[in-house]
Amino acid sequence: MFLKSIKKVKVCLIYISTFISVFLITNFSFAAGDKISYPQKEWTFSGITGTFDRASQQRGLQVYKEVCSGCHGLRLLAYRNLKAIGYNDNEIKAFAAENTVNTIDDEGEVIERAARPSDKFVSPYPNQQSARAANGGAYPPDLSLIVKARSDGANYLHALLTGYVDAPSEKKVPDGMYYNKYYSGNLIGMPQPLYEDGVTYADGTKATPEQMAKDVTAFLAWASEPELEERKQTGIAVILFLLVLTLLSYFAMKKIWAPIKNRHV
Amino acid sequence: MSKPKFNNPVVKWIDYRLPIFTFMDHELNHYPTPKNLNYFWNFGSLAGIALVTMIITGIVLSMNYTAHVDYAFDSVERIMRDVNHGWLIRYIHMNGASFFFIVVFIHIFRGLYYGSYKAPRELLWILGVLILLLMMATAFMGYVLPWGQMSFWGATVITNLFSAIPVVGESIVTWLWGGFSVDNSTLNRFFSLHFVLPFVIVGVVILHLIALHRFGSNNPIGIDVKGTQDTIPFSPYYTIKDLFGLGVFLTFFAAAVFFFPNFMGHPDNYIEANPMVTPAHIVPEWYFLPFYAILRAIPDKLGGVLFMFGAIAVLFILPWLDRSPVRSSQFRPIFKIFFWVLVADCILLGYLGAMPAEGIYVILSRIATAYYFFHFLVLFPLLPYIEKTKPLPISISEPVLSGAATASAFATREKK
Repeated sequence: MFLKSIKKVKVCLIYISTFISVFLITNFSFAAGDKISYPQKEWTFSGITGTFDRASQQRGLQVYKEVCSGCHGLRLLAYRNLKAIGYNDNEIKAFAAENTVNTIDDEGEVIERAARPSDKFVSPYPNQQSARAANGGAYPPDLSLIVKARSDGANYLHALLTGYVDAPSEKKVPDGMYYNKYYSGNLIGMPQPLYEDGVTYADGTKATPEQMAKDVTAFLAWASEPELEERKQTGIAVILFLLVLTLLSYFAMKKIWAPIKNRHV
Repeated sequence: MSKPKFNNPVVKWIDYRLPIFTFMDHELNHYPTPKNLNYFWNFGSLAGIALVTMIITGIVLSMNYTAHVDYAFDSVERIMRDVNHGWLIRYIHMNGASFFFIVVFIHIFRGLYYGSYKAPRELLWILGVLILLLMMATAFMGYVLPWGQMSFWGATVITNLFSAIPVVGESIVTWLWGGFSVDNSTLNRFFSLHFVLPFVIVGVVILHLIALHRFGSNNPIGIDVKGTQDTIPFSPYYTIKDLFGLGVFLTFFAAAVFFFPNFMGHPDNYIEANPMVTPAHIVPEWYFLPFYAILRAIPDKLGGVLFMFGAIAVLFILPWLDRSPVRSSQFRPIFKIFFWVLVADCILLGYLGAMPAEGIYVILSRIATAYYFFHFLVLFPLLPYIEKTKPLPISISEPVLSGAATASAFATREKK
């Protein structure tokens, strides 16, 4: 009996250790590229029960609109998606209508019309070339997937936005470049975007660079993974169901196998 | 075994003309299975379920995917954002590939440990290696479809390997691409092949099962079934055991899909493919890393390619490389130790494949590669001449030899 339980523990250990070693290997593959580590922040959306903070997301949208959107697009997001972060139909309509998109009228002429909730976020530049031309050759990346497209994305983004410091004296910073302690190679084409009171928050929150960085990261994390809340909530239900199913099948197995196990020795 | 009795008249009518119910009853219900199989025998059925899961989710994904360089990336994002539960289907498919490989790798190492490749199961094993090869081709082409940076550059690096072939190499690469670089025609053919290859895998899996059912499963002590006292019917004993194993598997799988869906992916693949920008490190999916390490360990390009394919090729001839008549490692004390060295070696190769090809990593890659081939080409054929195996039990039901209550025999009895 004792030996039997040892055997079971052994089986469990093999299961678990295989799993861990596989996960470790994959982890190393990320480690290969990144030598810089970022300050680890507390995010409401991390962990298996994580959800987004609506107020923070809305402030983040404001930061995006007033600061980032001058150069960075958000082309995979539609205005209608803003419903998920707590805006109503009229607010979204008004928000969309501040932008214009090209369309073709009945005579075949290209005309402009106000954007509708069904439109995707209008990008600041019509194409990559014009974006580069306007930014000294650097291309401001679209932010739709930015948190997913960087390893440790949320912490990276927060670190980058608050990582502007004076360059060390031995480091030469060319014109049109800026020094950022968290950017790979330290020289970044984007000037420091966030300054004290750079925006005036509608809800009266003090707009420190730290606060703005956290808010815009929360907003962009949602833009990258709009399904996150539904995914995690579904996950908890699914795992609970599977645990019950697995446990029941375990006892069913024990019962069915009992005659076979007892027949011997 | 008596012929099954069906009461349902429709079933009876059909079965008389097309004995499919008799067949199912014979192969899935009464199918005599050794009664001492341990949990490592669960991974075969898990691999089958993983394959079916991949095919079903894949068909649904293909209904919403656009195989064109200008639209592929956005069509995947549309699946993630606008298709009802598209994120779930795609994350199952994406993580399913990783879990399929986890399950299959364990399944293969189980075969190695218990000598499941030995006579009369050589063809069973070879078909299995063929499935692995097809899986690798399918997974590689599937990874290209989202048209992210790693998709594009992974495809570029891997297809370029064929240029190492002397004389015709360059022409072969152009032929594979359907052009002079990885481009729209490459994406299109990869989509087409990624769709069709899984059904080829299904075909080979059926052959794998036919070969399996010819002699039945091997078992942890590796001796042949001597009679009905050694076997139990597949159902209900192994159906319920497989269900329990499936529950454990799905719990891990669901944890990855719902809580860490991008853990086994690379963040760069959420950047749209750009032929003008090379990523800092081009890393294949984790399940290719050991082979990638072998490829980079050899200083010569053609040599690297040959060794990489050789790592799979040795598996094909393994049944004839291993000269030991004893199947299970339980009775091979030295082989057993080396088995775990091989496992460690493969994990080390996986780790090295993820590291940059420089400094100590290159040296370690060469040592690990050398060991891999030493294990297959030297150890397998020569070890039986040195190793003294433990006495084998008489049968699965009566494992203990008179007066020779060896530890292994005791362990076997313990399993009952």
